[in-house]
Amino acid sequence: MLTIKNLHAEVEGKQILKGINLEIGKGETHAIMGPNGSGKSSLASVLAGRDNYTVTEGEVWFNGKNLLDLSPEDRAREGVFLAFQYPVEIPGVSNLNFLKTALNEIRTYKGLPTIEGRDFLKLTKEKQQLVDFNANLMNRSLNEGFSGGEKKRNEIFQLAMLDPQLAILDETDSGLDIDALRIVSNGVNKLRDAEKSFVVITHYQRLLEYIVPDFVHVLYNGRIIKTGTKELALELEERGYDWLKEELHLKESV
Amino acid sequence: MTSDITLPFYQALTTDVNALSACQAQDELQGIRQEALDRFSVMGLPTLKTEAWRYSNIQRYLKEFPYELLYATTTVPASVVAQAAIPELDCYRIVLVNGHLQADLSELPAGKGITIGALSAHTQAPGFTKWFNKQHHLAQESLATLNTALFADGLYIELAANTVIDKPVHIVHVYTAAQHAFIQPRHLWVLNRNAAATIIQSSVHPDTNAAAFANSVLETVIEENAELWHYNIQQGDQHFREVHTTAAQQQANSRYHHFNFTLPGTPFTRNNLSVALNGSYTETNLNGLYIANGSQHVDNHTFMDHIMPNCNSNELYKGVLLDSANGVFTGRILVHQEAQKTNAFQQNNNLLLGAKADINSQPQLEIYADDVKCSHGFTAGQFSEESMFYLRSRGIGEDAAKALMVNAFSHDITDEVKVPALQHYLQEQIAAIMNN
Ligand SMILES: Nc1ncnc2c1ncn2[C@@H]1O[C@H](COP(=O)(O)OP(=O)(O)OP(=O)(O)O)[C@@H](O)[C@H]1O
Ligand SMILES: [Mg+2]
Repeated sequence: MLTIKNLHAEVEGKQILKGINLEIGKGETHAIMGPNGSGKSSLASVLAGRDNYTVTEGEVWFNGKNLLDLSPEDRAREGVFLAFQYPVEIPGVSNLNFLKTALNEIRTYKGLPTIEGRDFLKLTKEKQQLVDFNANLMNRSLNEGFSGGEKKRNEIFQLAMLDPQLAILDETDSGLDIDALRIVSNGVNKLRDAEKSFVVITHYQRLLEYIVPDFVHVLYNGRIIKTGTKELALELEERGYDWLKEELHLKESV
Repeated sequence: MTSDITLPFYQALTTDVNALSACQAQDELQGIRQEALDRFSVMGLPTLKTEAWRYSNIQRYLKEFPYELLYATTTVPASVVAQAAIPELDCYRIVLVNGHLQADLSELPAGKGITIGALSAHTQAPGFTKWFNKQHHLAQESLATLNTALFADGLYIELAANTVIDKPVHIVHVYTAAQHAFIQPRHLWVLNRNAAATIIQSSVHPDTNAAAFANSVLETVIEENAELWHYNIQQGDQHFREVHTTAAQQQANSRYHHFNFTLPGTPFTRNNLSVALNGSYTETNLNGLYIANGSQHVDNHTFMDHIMPNCNSNELYKGVLLDSANGVFTGRILVHQEAQKTNAFQQNNNLLLGAKADINSQPQLEIYADDVKCSHGFTAGQFSEESMFYLRSRGIGEDAAKALMVNAFSHDITDEVKVPALQHYLQEQIAAIMNN
């Protein structure tokens, strides 16, 4: 579904991604871990099309389409979704109106009829329950004054509404309380199926107990330096990253 | 003054003045008109050297066409007025064509304490005698002075003490002429003690090849403890130009909520808004929203005159400037020495969305009292990139994202609109502008 080949990207003249290779198949869930500042959010941003990042080398293919050629909105319409690490607040744009616009733009792109009125509200209600998203927040301005956890839940609520093929969750677990973590993870698990893929960026093994990944990658200094299965996450939890960095330096010095 | 004389318009003006004095020999306003005319001939039309008109080149617009002063009454079919209808608005609709009341298309609110009709028919009314041409700022503005000298007609509203109009009054100003015309309506609205009203003004300029230049003056008087909600909606077309002067006076404990919406269409709009606070414990809210495109020029010139102590004024003007539109905002706040405990706040925020869009914003605070709270602020910027990216990352195209953001930017003004149908109408208009 997604193929990333030798991806290099820079921001403000600084090289951040230094040759990422990653293959994500249909229905798979991949976890990406790695120390602060290693480039995890940058990778997510490049995939979503944030334009302050410049791709200097490499390719990204999504369902046979060159993703890097598409505008951010077309990537979303093709089925890429990014749950942001830091969702922005947009005063004056109502959550509901925003969602309706997004949903209908995506549907129009796909040649589907728009969803209005009662049908839209029905869908909202259903998805809201899935992630236990407080209905009172629906009519408020987008993320404005939301607590950290409410913002994260809103991201997952949007994910449920827009029903993408590939969802990238950037530290969705940070800021969630213990119950919320369980509820949100359950919500995500209900969305998982053979057609959909997930990339879960996290620092904590705990999330991966709920959302069990097929693969775990370690991103360090702009590269994926290790790939394993869910056991790798456990090992990282115990040993930290230093042993991996050492391994890497040994390899590089050879 | 010398520069004016070369303008064909000015020449037309002087010939018309003679015509006017001949045809209006019986006019009991002769004295006021003559005095204003004498003053106008000293002041002349504003030029770029006139401090208050530095950024608005009105001469350029007066030169464009050979405008003739227009007094004659015309009528329009109902279809013209339908263009100005605000859907679902339950209101009394009043139609003025070039300032003249067109009775057959108007529904005047009736009832005890309500006096409403053509200004020319109410020059003997007590409110007229007491208040007409009394707002002292008017005399300082040459175009308002010209209006005083040569106005055609307009709407007179007087609400007796304790009178409340049960529904909004929607005044539709139609500006139309067979030839390029300079039109000068003149209105006076007086709300006596404890009276209250909601008045909406909007205009239509039926599609003709003739240009219309409206130089209108409205005086409003809000007596003790009275409250006026006043909405002015400006949507013209390529053949319309407008200088719109609103001069309000507030007495003690009164509340005045003024909203000015300037939307695309008219190439040149200048609004003079001044509020004189003649009593204490008043509340004044001045809300403005201008959305301009093409090479439109919108100039809002506001003046809060804090004469008496313990008054609150709050001014928020927001602008969205597209293409090569040009905005001007001047916010003058004068706090007299006696006006202790004044709260006067002013804010002007702009979105500059066109590559050649431009704003000149000037606060002018003159504060002579020491125990006051006053502030002003100005911003001009683009959309936050973070917000735009967030919206687009959800599949919302760039234009739709911009429309959402403009709607969001406008919401602290539109949210204050207390007539739901009007609020909805304005939101729709804003969305339509951004989606076109
Ligand atoms: N706009 C920018 N300008 C300059 N440097 C940037 C910019 N955005 C990101 N960076 C840098 O890129 C590097 C990678 O940042 P990124 O946010 O991708 O890290 P991360 O792996 O997501 O970290 P964390 O775990 O803390 O979220 C960091 O050194 C960061 O400072
Ligand atoms: Mg990050």
